[in-house]
Amino acid sequence: MDDIRKKAKELLENKTVQVVIGYGKGSGEEARAIFVRDAAKTDQLIFDETCLQNLAVYILKHEVKHLGKIAIVATSSVLRSIMILASEQQLKDGDLVVLGITSDGKYIDLPNFKAIEDYLATLNVSITDKEKELLKMIDAMTMEERWAWWQNEFSKCFKCYACRSACPMCYCPKCTTDSNQPQWIPVASHQLGNMEWHLMRAMHLAGRCINCGECAKACPMDIPLNLLTYKMIDEMNANFGVTVGMKPDAVFALSTFKNEDKENFIR
Amino acid sequence: MSEKFEPKVVAFVCNWCTYAGADLTGTSRIKYAPNVKIIRFPCTGRIDFMLLMKAFANGADGIIVSGCHPNDCHYSTGNFHARRRWMVFKSMLEFMGVDTRRIVFSWVSAAEGAKWAQLVNTSVEEFRKLGSYDAYKQVAKLNIEKEVFNG
Ligand code: SF4
Ligand code: SF4
Repeated sequence: MDDIRKKAKELLENKTVQVVIGYGKGSGEEARAIFVRDAAKTDQLIFDETCLQNLAVYILKHEVKHLGKIAIVATSSVLRSIMILASEQQLKDGDLVVLGITSDGKYIDLPNFKAIEDYLATLNVSITDKEKELLKMIDAMTMEERWAWWQNEFSKCFKCYACRSACPMCYCPKCTTDSNQPQWIPVASHQLGNMEWHLMRAMHLAGRCINCGECAKACPMDIPLNLLTYKMIDEMNANFGVTVGMKPDAVFALSTFKNEDKENFIR
Repeated sequence: MSEKFEPKVVAFVCNWCTYAGADLTGTSRIKYAPNVKIIRFPCTGRIDFMLLMKAFANGADGIIVSGCHPNDCHYSTGNFHARRRWMVFKSMLEFMGVDTRRIVFSWVSAAEGAKWAQLVNTSVEEFRKLGSYDAYKQVAKLNIEKEVFNG
């Protein structure tokens, strides 16, 4: 951690960056995101097992961009988000300084996208056993059970859109949900509106979600909505052989095709 | 409810192949099930998944999605892109417990008037067997609205 603090201090002192995004002490047991703009305050940066938030969500935020060039403390989730943002032309190599950090708090020097790509290739990014269990459980249900299970989960949603705000890949300045001409998603959080919202969210993240779990963590109603996007990760893997968020120049699986794509479901 | 149940079916088709194919069905005077309402799109690539959901939300019991055969797309690749999206969309719906037997995907070319008739007939027959899509209609409050209007 001292390496990161030292590095952050240097970067702010020699004005390479204007703000360092990292973790600081929050209220209670939780860590929170902090935005350090003063070299003297870099000792506020911390890293421990409570530092789980995917900080990449702030990279494209207008308020943050406005501060100047950023450096970001980057866990593997942040790194993978950066890869997606790069492949979607939202970030160029050199736009930000990446302060890589291993899960046990060691600093990794990642000077460019190539270095991030190489580092990610050494990690195991498959979904956890717990997630696999849950997917198995839902897959084992009958259609009616699945419908009832999800309807029950969706019924808790009150459309606060915290899940959307927490996701680094939900960066559209105007979300389809906010569009009212036409009104794609009903504003009210009734059953239909909730289901359509979740379906749309999941579909718009299919092949882009990197499985950081922020959406589910952000949900005040504890809806396991990340399962929907996890499922898509599985699908992308099985159908197109891609693991999302590993390369800065990856082609989005749904904006390309192969002649031999499976079509056994088409009559 | 003594009448026989007739499924409401919405067909999302592309302008260049399936719509022309369905036209040919008509000009060839082939009869087919009248349950289907056809909506014409420029290309299968334009058929947003939400549109299908809107059909269900408005009371459809079954949906047909059809366009040009692979390599025949008027815009070269629209159907290839659509095919990938249908693939993931279908598994998403299955995962959420939506009845995907009620969505039929097909390729029907401008020359396949007979295939169109057959596709509609078999699909309508299948949808009829599945019955009204009550689970979805309940969520969309379609039945309840009627009660309110009837006072
Ligand atoms: S897990 Fe949730 S927050 Fe993270 S990338 Fe996927 S959808 Fe976005
Ligand atoms: S965070 Fe939870 S309650 Fe809020 S919109 Fe998302 S799913 Fe619904």
